[in-house]
Amino acid sequence: MDVLVTDLEAKLEHARQGGGPKAAERMRSRGKKLPRERLSLLLDPHTPFLELSPLAAHEVYPEHIPGAGMITGIGRISGRECMIVVNDATVKGGSYYPLTVKKHLRAQEIAREHGLPCVYVVESGGAALPHQANVFPDKEHFGRIFYNMAQMSALGIPQIALVHGISVAGGAYVPAMADENIIVADQGRIFLAGPPLVKAATGEEVDEETLGGGLMHSSESGVTDHLARDDEHAIAIARGMVGDLGIAGWKPIGPSAVSEDPVYPASELHGIVGTDSRQAFDMRDVIARIVDGSRFREFKKEYGPTMITGFAHVHGYEVGIVANNGILFSPSALKATHFIQLCSQRQIPLLFLVNVTGRWCYMVGSKAERGGIAKDGAKMVRAVACADVPKLTVIVGGSFGAGNYGMAGRAYSPRFLWMWPNARVSVMGSGQLSQVMTTVSKDPSQHSSLKADIEAQSTALYSTARLWDDGIIKPTDTRDVVGLGLALASRERPTSRGRGSVGSTTWDGDGKGFGVFRM
Amino acid sequence: TLSSERKPHFDKILIANRGEIACRVIRTAKKLGIKTVAVYSEVDANSLHVLEADEAYCIGPAPSAESYLRMDKIIDVCHRSGAQVADVPVSYGFLSENAKFAERLAEEGIVFIGPPSSAIVSMGSKRSPDVQFFCTAAGVPCVPGYHGVNQDADLLFAEAEKIGYPVLIKAIHGGGGKGMRVVSSASQFNDALASAQRESLKSFGDADVLVEKYIERPRHIEVQVFADTLGNAVSLWERDCSVQRRNQKIIEEAPAPGLSPDLRADLSAKAVAAAKAVNYVGAGTVEFIFDNDTEKFYFMEMNTRLQVEHPVTEMITGLDLVEWQLEVAAGNPLPLSQTQIPLVGHAFEARIYAENPRNDFLPDSGPLLYLDTPKPTHIFAPPIPSLPHNDLCSELDSVKRSPDTSTHVAPSMRLEQGFTQGAQIGVFYDPMIAKLVVHGRDRSSALRALRRALEEYKVVGVSTNVEFLRMLAGNSAFINGEVETGFIKKHYEDLFPAVETPSPELLAQGALFVALREHPIQSTGLSTPWATLTSRRFGGDVYERTISIQPDDASADPTRVSLKSISPGHFDIAVHSATLKTFTGVLARLLSPTRLSTTLNGFSTELTIVSQRPSPSHPASHATNTMERLHVFSASGTKTTLAIPPPAYLLSLGQDVLTSSKGALRAPMPSLVVEVKVNIGDRVEKGQPVVVLESMKTETVLRAEVAGVVDAVACAKGEMVEEGRELVNIKEDE
Repeated sequence: MDVLVTDLEAKLEHARQGGGPKAAERMRSRGKKLPRERLSLLLDPHTPFLELSPLAAHEVYPEHIPGAGMITGIGRISGRECMIVVNDATVKGGSYYPLTVKKHLRAQEIAREHGLPCVYVVESGGAALPHQANVFPDKEHFGRIFYNMAQMSALGIPQIALVHGISVAGGAYVPAMADENIIVADQGRIFLAGPPLVKAATGEEVDEETLGGGLMHSSESGVTDHLARDDEHAIAIARGMVGDLGIAGWKPIGPSAVSEDPVYPASELHGIVGTDSRQAFDMRDVIARIVDGSRFREFKKEYGPTMITGFAHVHGYEVGIVANNGILFSPSALKATHFIQLCSQRQIPLLFLVNVTGRWCYMVGSKAERGGIAKDGAKMVRAVACADVPKLTVIVGGSFGAGNYGMAGRAYSPRFLWMWPNARVSVMGSGQLSQVMTTVSKDPSQHSSLKADIEAQSTALYSTARLWDDGIIKPTDTRDVVGLGLALASRERPTSRGRGSVGSTTWDGDGKGFGVFRM
Repeated sequence: TLSSERKPHFDKILIANRGEIACRVIRTAKKLGIKTVAVYSEVDANSLHVLEADEAYCIGPAPSAESYLRMDKIIDVCHRSGAQVADVPVSYGFLSENAKFAERLAEEGIVFIGPPSSAIVSMGSKRSPDVQFFCTAAGVPCVPGYHGVNQDADLLFAEAEKIGYPVLIKAIHGGGGKGMRVVSSASQFNDALASAQRESLKSFGDADVLVEKYIERPRHIEVQVFADTLGNAVSLWERDCSVQRRNQKIIEEAPAPGLSPDLRADLSAKAVAAAKAVNYVGAGTVEFIFDNDTEKFYFMEMNTRLQVEHPVTEMITGLDLVEWQLEVAAGNPLPLSQTQIPLVGHAFEARIYAENPRNDFLPDSGPLLYLDTPKPTHIFAPPIPSLPHNDLCSELDSVKRSPDTSTHVAPSMRLEQGFTQGAQIGVFYDPMIAKLVVHGRDRSSALRALRRALEEYKVVGVSTNVEFLRMLAGNSAFINGEVETGFIKKHYEDLFPAVETPSPELLAQGALFVALREHPIQSTGLSTPWATLTSRRFGGDVYERTISIQPDDASADPTRVSLKSISPGHFDIAVHSATLKTFTGVLARLLSPTRLSTTLNGFSTELTIVSQRPSPSHPASHATNTMERLHVFSASGTKTTLAIPPPAYLLSLGQDVLTSSKGALRAPMPSLVVEVKVNIGDRVEKGQPVVVLESMKTETVLRAEVAGVVDAVACAKGEMVEEGRELVNIKEDE
């Protein structure tokens, strides 16, 4: 595990460099701040930043696109938690690859689910044209970014944009769709088409500043609201803006108990969980290193012992834990179903600690089938799908087959899904898969290559590069990351009071209207 | 001889003063159960003396000539407040030495707590016939000089020539150094005379001056006397107030150091004789010029009031002199006879002024943004058992005394203040903020207590002389008692050591303060991990920040200090000064918004740091007074001011508004325009006086910094101008 963590740290460090020193120097020489410097100035000092999928697009494209050319995460600005989306202009000018779009949309999804004000730090040339087919046309593509902005604005979730550099074509709509925006003078540029395109289209010859400079947009077109002198100024204005959001967005709610460190140190997690997912460990040892005071009130301890359920606190927030501790049998599934119903009724968020062992999903075999494991597994899947509480998922070992569903995999919309560096996700373990293959196919060469493929495609790195999760976390960070997630999950949802569901004039009666039009 | 029948005190008294002395009188009145009536000018409505008094009446606008000097209004308040025995206790300044006031009160049937007007006339006025009479009666030699009524400038000039330079021009009704000028040669005489007269007229409503011989190496020693209506008079020993700046006292002590019992007896006896000679009643101070070399003393003047420095006398005698005044005014005999009056230990009073010692002690004004004072041990002087009465003792023997340093005296400290945090030190009145009074078993222990108290006295908002007083109280010559009027000039080098450039440690601490204050202090209990996980950046990032910081000096270059938060409360710091200095694993936290605790290189210390935001009237610029300033007080009381240069964008915004030309003359402080010496179109040379300002009763001449033609005048005579206001613009010659 230590090796995996060291490797993760090295990869993260490399991704943090963005497009590399040359590109950084080019930005600096123009008096600009680097994307991470902008982020750092934007955040409150001495506050956490929950970065999302920093290794997105890792080894996906032929070219190196660290973090998919974008930094996203949740951090505090002027004392408020916000979703921050920063284009990394050191990476291909901040253009949008398919995974960049996916990362952007995922950030917006999290923002919408938690009522987090969105701050977009824009410097992007728009869609990466060679990839346009995978960027532009589909439902979950570029256009969705602006759909989300409009929807969130209508829901009263503030949308703020800072334009630090070029913001062209589709990118121009990020500031244009924002509730309130800022442009940096002599640096930020917003236009639907740049000078070469304009010349081609109409023959007009015009320079960038005249076409879409900050002064023009702030004084003439009204596309921008605030004209900043430099990056630092723009960020200072944005911080003020977030400080002045009034009652917009959801309000955070404090924990119900005083936070307490676990009695057992988190550093021991590295030794408890090995890298071989076949090696069993007691999940209680993991729980003891995550929850407040290492206190865990276990539910139905003696029944279905391969599933652990119970109540604990993390950073003072109440949470119901569902954790694998062996192969899933019918009683384990029933126990989990029971527990999920309890938490749902009591409005206690759920934390899934996933380690589907045995490299299968639920128990197989005639005994299990006769016992109705499919029916019982389905009960658990239904409970997870319909539980009316926020879910957080941490894959600490394997997540295979139907076990992935029952343990709140990506498809079950947990608020966050994190993986440990050793985690694996696939339809089944590679060993089992090759066994299956030998029974259905006669070509041994195919077996070994498929086994290698599955092996490679089930790693945490492969998963996180494709945004199947929200990032790989160090086991020692689990407690803090979960705590931050629970704090976000507990934010007060606006009630129907105030925003008129009663007597609404809108067709579907949600009364949310249009959000903020830029005038 | 003490009468057995005591007359009752008054029930309600009016205090015709403000600031710390009004508060002082109110405290004694409260102690005795006497109700108090305060008067105040419009700007003083929320001041401490108004809040502490039982009743308070507004008597007019800020300038004292329209409020505190208006007898009619004060008499009116005496009637309105319904004080059956409406009284005006003495104090200093304003009307306390105005004979007419005493007379008017007498006409209105109001008791004046103080000497009869006749005594004020003969003492308060320093004119020749009275002083000559006084000197003869008391048998004290007077300083040669002209004290005549004739104020003709030529005549005064001739008299000055006759006396021989240097001479001193002094307002007849003056006090506190106002309206006083030293003239060392004939060529300066006329300018100095005009200026003294103008200041005198403004401060005391009377332009008359006297001229006398200026003694070059004098000491200022004064004797506190007290007399009752029954003809008794005693000496409460002397005070030494030699160390002065701008001819004003800043530190006083009692008894005077190095005085033999014979000399003390001589001074006391002469002072008492003088008081008796004019049938004096109440508290009075007989001031002498004492020649350090010849040990001769000359009569200077008698102040018919309780002076600023009266607490040092209270400390060595254990008495409450305000109570004595009320006692005497009620017609009771003096509470103690001369033989009974103690003389125990040694006391100091340090006056804390809003002023800038390094800039010729020029007064400062502004709000007291932050005020943290040492905790006083006493409100009044701790009582000292009086000695047995001895009828047989001769008058001279009863005053032949050495201070008692054998009695065990616990060090005590009083703080006399008229302002609290947030108060405005205005331009209209004396810029004294407070008085620190300490008493110890002997001079060195009292001085030690004084130094300690000064270390703990912290002011932000106005420049103060605290640092200077601390240097003074630790100066070896001062500790040895080598006091004289010219002390500051003589020991200037020692008292004003070169300002050190801030150490890398201090810069690191300043930067830590800046970084930490933006994070709210951890409250215990229920807080979200979004507030408690202070150094967590999950991608592997850490909170990192570079802060530019520089000494409070426009010519200094900012130093970059980089901070890296390595774990909660721990920082790695790099100070990019001339040589790179790094600190690792520095433990730092804010204990309160103004208190920083750091452990740097194994040295753990706590600092008080107070931020002063620039005045919004100034656009951001490279000038330090337009930057945020951090006032850092070390544990030893040393104050260092650091400036934080504004970010580039603020400077660029500032440039838009800043129309700075070298020819622009701005008001250096809030002040009154006394005279505008130029008109638009006038040619001026460099150094030529352009505008005369007055602030805190002190005149400042603004001179042209460049030669050129006046192209704008933005002020008029008699106008109040705020700090930073552009008054005159001179178009510089090409």
